[in-house]
Amino acid sequence: MTTTSAAADTITTAWDGFTTGPWQDTIDVRDFIQRNYTPYVGDDAFLAGPTARTTKVWQTIAAMFPQEREKGVYDVDNKVPAAITAHAPGYISKDDELIVGLQTDAPLKRAMMPFGGWRMVETSLKTYGYDVDPTLQEIFSKYRKTHNQGVFDAYSPNVRAARSSHVITGLPDAYGRGRIIGDYRRVALYGVDQLIAAKKLDKLSLDTQVFSEKIVREREEHAEQIRALGELKEMAASYGFDISGPATTATEAVQWLYFGYLAAVKEQNGAAMSLGRVSTFLDIYFERDLAAGILTEERAQEIMDDFVIKLRIVRFLRTPEYDALFSGDPTWVTESIAGMGQDGRPLVTKNSFRMLQTLYNLGPAPEPNMTVLWSAALPQGFKDYCAKVSIDTSAVQYESDDQIRGHWGDDAAIACCVSPMAVGKQMQFFGARVNLAKTLLYAINGGKDEVTGKQVSPAVAPVEAGKALDYDDVRARFDKTMDWLAATYVEALNVIHYMHDKYAYERIEMALHDKEVLRTMACGIAGLAVATDSLSAIKYAKVTPVFDERGIVVDYVTEGDFPTYGNDDDRADDIAVELVEAFMKKIRTHKMYRDAVPTQSVLTITSNVVYGKATGNTPDGRRAGEPFSPGANPMNGRDTHGMLASALSVAKLPYEESQDGISLTNTVVPTGLGRERGEQVANLAGLLDATVGGNGYHMNVNVLVKETLEDAMEHPENYPQLTIRVSGYAVNFVRLTREQQLDVLSRTFHGSM
Amino acid sequence: MVSAHAAAGTATPRGGGTGRGHYQVSDGRSANPVPVNLDGELVSEDLDVPMAPPRRTGAGLAGLEVSELDRSEKFAMMRTGELGSVHSWELVTAVDGPGTRMTIFFNGCPLRCLYCHNPDTLNMKDGEPVTAEQLLARIKRYVPAFTATKGGITISGGEVLQQPAFAARILRGAKELGVHTAIDTSGYLGEALTDEMLSDVDLVLLDVKSGDPDTYLKVTKRPLQPTLDFGRRLARSGLPGGVGEDDPVEVWLRFVLVPGLTDDVDNVDIVADYAAELNEIRPGTVSRVEVLAFHNMGIDKWESLGRRYELKDTPPPSHELLERVREQFRSRGLTTY
Repeated sequence: MTTTSAAADTITTAWDGFTTGPWQDTIDVRDFIQRNYTPYVGDDAFLAGPTARTTKVWQTIAAMFPQEREKGVYDVDNKVPAAITAHAPGYISKDDELIVGLQTDAPLKRAMMPFGGWRMVETSLKTYGYDVDPTLQEIFSKYRKTHNQGVFDAYSPNVRAARSSHVITGLPDAYGRGRIIGDYRRVALYGVDQLIAAKKLDKLSLDTQVFSEKIVREREEHAEQIRALGELKEMAASYGFDISGPATTATEAVQWLYFGYLAAVKEQNGAAMSLGRVSTFLDIYFERDLAAGILTEERAQEIMDDFVIKLRIVRFLRTPEYDALFSGDPTWVTESIAGMGQDGRPLVTKNSFRMLQTLYNLGPAPEPNMTVLWSAALPQGFKDYCAKVSIDTSAVQYESDDQIRGHWGDDAAIACCVSPMAVGKQMQFFGARVNLAKTLLYAINGGKDEVTGKQVSPAVAPVEAGKALDYDDVRARFDKTMDWLAATYVEALNVIHYMHDKYAYERIEMALHDKEVLRTMACGIAGLAVATDSLSAIKYAKVTPVFDERGIVVDYVTEGDFPTYGNDDDRADDIAVELVEAFMKKIRTHKMYRDAVPTQSVLTITSNVVYGKATGNTPDGRRAGEPFSPGANPMNGRDTHGMLASALSVAKLPYEESQDGISLTNTVVPTGLGRERGEQVANLAGLLDATVGGNGYHMNVNVLVKETLEDAMEHPENYPQLTIRVSGYAVNFVRLTREQQLDVLSRTFHGSM
Repeated sequence: MVSAHAAAGTATPRGGGTGRGHYQVSDGRSANPVPVNLDGELVSEDLDVPMAPPRRTGAGLAGLEVSELDRSEKFAMMRTGELGSVHSWELVTAVDGPGTRMTIFFNGCPLRCLYCHNPDTLNMKDGEPVTAEQLLARIKRYVPAFTATKGGITISGGEVLQQPAFAARILRGAKELGVHTAIDTSGYLGEALTDEMLSDVDLVLLDVKSGDPDTYLKVTKRPLQPTLDFGRRLARSGLPGGVGEDDPVEVWLRFVLVPGLTDDVDNVDIVADYAAELNEIRPGTVSRVEVLAFHNMGIDKWESLGRRYELKDTPPPSHELLERVREQFRSRGLTTY
């Protein structure tokens, strides 16, 4: 490592007291964690409440939220396009802040990030009443090509048709793709100079290789990464910090790490800008300072509280259409907490508790997206605390640590909602999702859209009029239509990610990755429950198509009983399993950009509402325009055998065929968990053991009564912090559209009637 | 299971009316979604008023195969307990016993309670024939979940003891799987529970619907005495020399509070005295009392069955009334919800 002797001295001091190991010679954060962290198996009794300082800072910023909610944005910088060093330092309350740094020069002031697409910037500015600078407009529409332009230059007519008919939706072709987690811990552990030195070595190895497009691209990317690291140092310096060397204290570690993250959100408006897995890493610094007597528990909590305040106010300039897809202005600052190590020790530390404790000290909030990697083997004290926090705040999601560790190791984190990746070693090409329910309707209609009547997928004869649908016939048609869908979908994603790398490359996030990165092509499916129940109806009941004057099937007469997905009934659940396997198999047959490994998710975020809107009547009895269930959830109200039966149905979906995650959102009323607090905590922890601690992959847990939500719709001003989990993330309930609020209310509330 | 109408669309789950039952959320309990205010202070949480969840049946037999047998085969198998008449099952938490439980609703009940929430389980002939083997296979499937949640099975109804041979097989089979067992019963058919069956029962949810015999008769159309006798037998069974000496059965006593019908102070006192008496016979017999608030959410079931529902105009009990009644139990040292 090329370091000056002065820097080497700093390193010696900074790493004082740490157990030595390979992490000192190469960039290896996991090795550092494993050698140095202290598992904590106790309960929550040690935790500290908010200090007056914390409450003051939070109240200062919280006082700005009503205006932001009212207007849609608090403020926008419509002059200076975003970059790591574009803005002067900004503060909430300068003298009170322990951890500093804002995306722009003032809190809640959003920046323009035009590389994803100028149109999104321009539309947003106009929507919120800001002038569009003609010079900027000229630059980004005439001289500087954007990702959005690149994609539309290369889309084929087939892709365009599938996109505009909404059978493929939510594609990141006009906005930043996100879902890349920089290993921000590296900034704290090594300091920026060591990271630059390592990247220079990597680049050198590329410089000696013979020409290929791949090598040239990687050389250019490394040059960009090194430049971005330099800018990161410069940005930190503007706040008065020299982060060229490693952090020497807990406060510095949090600050250094946050600067790394801040640089990313200063420059990229990614759909999800996740944080990674930082709590246990930071605990090592807290433990060192606590042992040295230079830190108290109260102060440690205060630092985490202040850090979390910053994470809560990450903002991007986005359009209302974007909000329809991803409601509630989410940023997915996902933090993965706990889990087990490969060696069997829990990765639970006191700082895992502190991270969750911020939900009490600052009140509930959707961000950061608190994600517990759950295993039945976690210490009971931590399990109980998680259950308690869920009951009190509905702000935590749980993912299967066993599945994630088994596939991606014990230093993996969730990006966005359910996408796991080894931190600093893996990234994904986010691919939104296809609408499987609509695809089924195309199969029935010979490739014509049931709403517009247009031919979208290749023409085949539609089903016969006057005859009940035959399961084998429909399934065979569906299979053919899925062939077309998979080919079209992968083509779209290849184009998108080629262009995103070219025009909106995530330089700072990738600078915090290894040289060799595993890339996944994260495909996805929506409408699984509708497609499953529809096929079940065709198989087990009698479904007769109803044609309109255009000769298009627009409705179905369904007679008789049929099993539905979500009741642990194999007859229906097996159809869901088979669909997941079948579509993944088709995806795998295609060539992926940059040799990405294909994966898929069963996740909708909140777009289950818009997908439903774009889909006609379905054979399961769902009416045209009605929302789908979210993610892999059974259809609302059809999972009638209890929350556990519902979760066990979803748990049958094979993770091997859905490696980008399977999302399940559950709502239970408090009394559905027990008569008193202790019982509720024990029962929820037990339920989590039986689901995500078993074969399940993910569970969002809401503990709510319906009346609260109804009241919040009527009196939003009384519920500024009412947080609910929707689909892999949490939102402020009062920031959802009315339609989305009604969708949430129509979902199954498990528990006593 | 969804049964679709002949008309296009609008499929509704079987059981009509309350089929979408667990959409409905209980009486206006304030929960605790925002227990912390902007100042970071903990706002008081109304955890003290979880009204007893009203009883309801699950929605269907999803995953359980219905046996296709002729009449005589059916009766023969029912006599031996190989076959039962089952309404539905579901997995519930914190309702019918500890942890997460598979509650199985049997069909057939000798009582005719005015407020019955599950009138569709009253007649045995309305149930679906399910073999003990089938049901036990489903129970076995949930053993890991019962272990994780410290739950088990609860046989409810209808009246579990209307099908004693079938119940006996299920209870024995569950115990062989190491599963915690509960029965939810009025006790009216208590004599049908043999000592052998009793040793396979860990918990009895004993519904004592009234303390005053006349009121009991009015509410259920049946006499009270068998219930009282059954409870005393449960208490004694755990005494030295009793069948449950080594593993005494636990009782959760339940009382449905109906304004104007069962809410009389004296009536409640008799039930509370009785509960206390059981604990005098054997300390710890009644480990919890649940005062269940009357609700008339079962009304649409009655209407869909074409029957008159006499308590149509009866309101649910007020919070004050519920607390008064709970206090009557608590004052006798009983853990009461």
